[in-house]
Amino acid sequence: MPSTTASTRVRRSLALALTFGLAASAAACGDLGGADTASDSTTIKVGFVTPLTGNLAAFGAPDEWVVDQMQSYFDENPISAGGTDYDVQIIVKDSQSDPTRAAEVAGELINTDGVDVVMAHATPDTTVPVSDQCEANSTPCITDDTPWQPWYYGRGGTDDQGFDWTYHFFWGLEDVASTYENMWDQVDTNKKVAALWPNDADGQAWSAAFPDLVKDGGYTLDDPGLFESGTQDYSAQIAQFKKNGDDILLACVTPPDFAAFWQQAQQQGYTPKVATVARAIEFPAAVDALGDGADGLATEVWWAPQYDTTSTLLGQSSQEFADAYEADTGNQWSMPLGFSEALFEVLAAAVEEAGSNDKQAIVDALSTLSTDTLVGPVDFTSGPVPNVAKTPLAGGQWSPATDGDFTNQLTIVANNDAPQVAVEAQLAALK
Amino acid sequence: MDWVNALAQGALLGGFYALLAAGLSLMFGVMRIVNLAHGLLAVAGAYVGVVVVEDAGLPLWVALVVAPLVLAGFGYLLQRGFLNRAVDLGGLVPVLVTFGVAVILTNLLQEWFTADSQSLRSGSFGTASVQLADGLSIGLLPAVTGLAGVLVVAALQWFLARTRSGRAMRAASDDPEVARLMGINEKHVYALATAIALATVGLAGVFLGMRTQFTPGYGDLVLIFAFEAVIIGGLGSLWGTLLGGLVLGVTQSLGSQIDPAYGFLIGHLVFLAVLAVRPAGLLPKVAVA
Repeated sequence: MPSTTASTRVRRSLALALTFGLAASAAACGDLGGADTASDSTTIKVGFVTPLTGNLAAFGAPDEWVVDQMQSYFDENPISAGGTDYDVQIIVKDSQSDPTRAAEVAGELINTDGVDVVMAHATPDTTVPVSDQCEANSTPCITDDTPWQPWYYGRGGTDDQGFDWTYHFFWGLEDVASTYENMWDQVDTNKKVAALWPNDADGQAWSAAFPDLVKDGGYTLDDPGLFESGTQDYSAQIAQFKKNGDDILLACVTPPDFAAFWQQAQQQGYTPKVATVARAIEFPAAVDALGDGADGLATEVWWAPQYDTTSTLLGQSSQEFADAYEADTGNQWSMPLGFSEALFEVLAAAVEEAGSNDKQAIVDALSTLSTDTLVGPVDFTSGPVPNVAKTPLAGGQWSPATDGDFTNQLTIVANNDAPQVAVEAQLAALK
Repeated sequence: MDWVNALAQGALLGGFYALLAAGLSLMFGVMRIVNLAHGLLAVAGAYVGVVVVEDAGLPLWVALVVAPLVLAGFGYLLQRGFLNRAVDLGGLVPVLVTFGVAVILTNLLQEWFTADSQSLRSGSFGTASVQLADGLSIGLLPAVTGLAGVLVVAALQWFLARTRSGRAMRAASDDPEVARLMGINEKHVYALATAIALATVGLAGVFLGMRTQFTPGYGDLVLIFAFEAVIIGGLGSLWGTLLGGLVLGVTQSLGSQIDPAYGFLIGHLVFLAVLAVRPAGLLPKVAVA
């Protein structure tokens, strides 16, 4: 009997503790809400989730510089909305390239830091968990740097049922296909396309969509099947591509996989006339690391200094913005640079449109927002699905730099989906 | 001819795996330390190569000498400074220490070299090949890498079997206390073993850097291959590690020939099959340690 009493007592005190705990946390939530409304008057808190470390760190590399630029811009030019000047406070959180961590820090931003808006970029591993977290916590979220299909369908969106709190701008697979096809058309080939893609989210999406997307152009894909990323030996694929005589190489692979494949292709004597490569050669450092093998490789271009666009906030052209980055950091521009900046342009436009920093007012403004940015127009009223705006996509070819401080340069060779940028040259066949 | 080519490429790849795994095998054989930092240390070796080639502007062969030396020095200090104490504490402590080293080093490398992809540009040496028959070409770099794997394993085996230091290492491994009575300083001997193990890892790292691009996070993949080679061959047996590397390389290559998705899968299946049927590996430890 005494033991029963004891255990009852324990149970009771546990229940008490739980009740107090709950009450305390409820009070804490209330406090946070209170703090929120207190800061309401003049400040907009923005949370920015980006991979600063880990295997996606190349995407986040320019962000420290971009955030510095934007913070000092907003310090001097608060966002004017509804007759009030709002200061902007940017809080950056590192996703560590880990989806779980990305969701965790997004939750922290919302619940601990009490941000009004969350922003994120760099592949579905960042944008999807962060957007999901915002949707669950009723907080406006703006993302980019992820093809829109995995961001939208990957989160359970359907063609007519979208999301309440999350908005995304980028291009989609159909744009890559039409841009690549445009580039293939510029060289005389047998229209046989060797397909190299890994067994991951990108590889599966590309291998499923591409054959139909380029069929009308007369291109046939020679697809040996998805390989595991990290594969060290590509002799099977190379033998098949050689046997089939594929003049065009189409790859969507990581930099290490492509470096290994490309070296082995040269050892084994596979020499396509055109090579269009996604992922592996989007960053200048990865291109430089390919050495001579990089000359003539083509890729899709999300944004480049050549874009004839101007920042609605900074007033700089794309070229001026990229030049400032290169001068300040000593690093060559990369495509995410423009998209990081564009997030802030969309944010400022949405807040101005909303007329306050009220969360509901901001998402309402986002749903009908149409604004110009460094990466091109962002128009949420004309997207392929709700919550999505498509940005222009061009095609470019790498070659050794003719002047300047860097090893390689990207020449624009296709602009069928990007009238904002002029074609500088025709695609040259690989030597 | 496709299959012959796949077999040849797989065998050369196997030599590379053996080179990657030799140090892991040696450390386990002598000290029973499972070195979880092994893959990362290979990547660190590649970064030493970057410093030698890109920053100092020296030819690539210098990196093949400098990287093993730097890693060997690091290995000696690591063993004397941390791992010897961890071994005394026994159990999982050494494993945890190597895990901690891996985490710290990954972040240090990212701090120093950023997360940008790097490679050691091997130029025409990297793409040169000899065509033996129609559809059968042997690349110069894979051939040299594979040969290096065989030579390193043979040299380690010779060292352990024939030299005074090698015998001291085996003695310290078999019975530290008796070895101590015989005048062997087992702390020094262990540190020497780790230094030699890391020297081979440094060499493997430079070859890795010539074959592909790497980032500070690339070590995890390397660790998996090295582990599988060691387990397939037999824990602590160096010839076994060479055989394990060859088996892994050939099965991956032949698997890819069936379907590119099967390359890794069949490699992993062979690894699991060996664990299930012959847990001690194909060539269980006899001579070493």
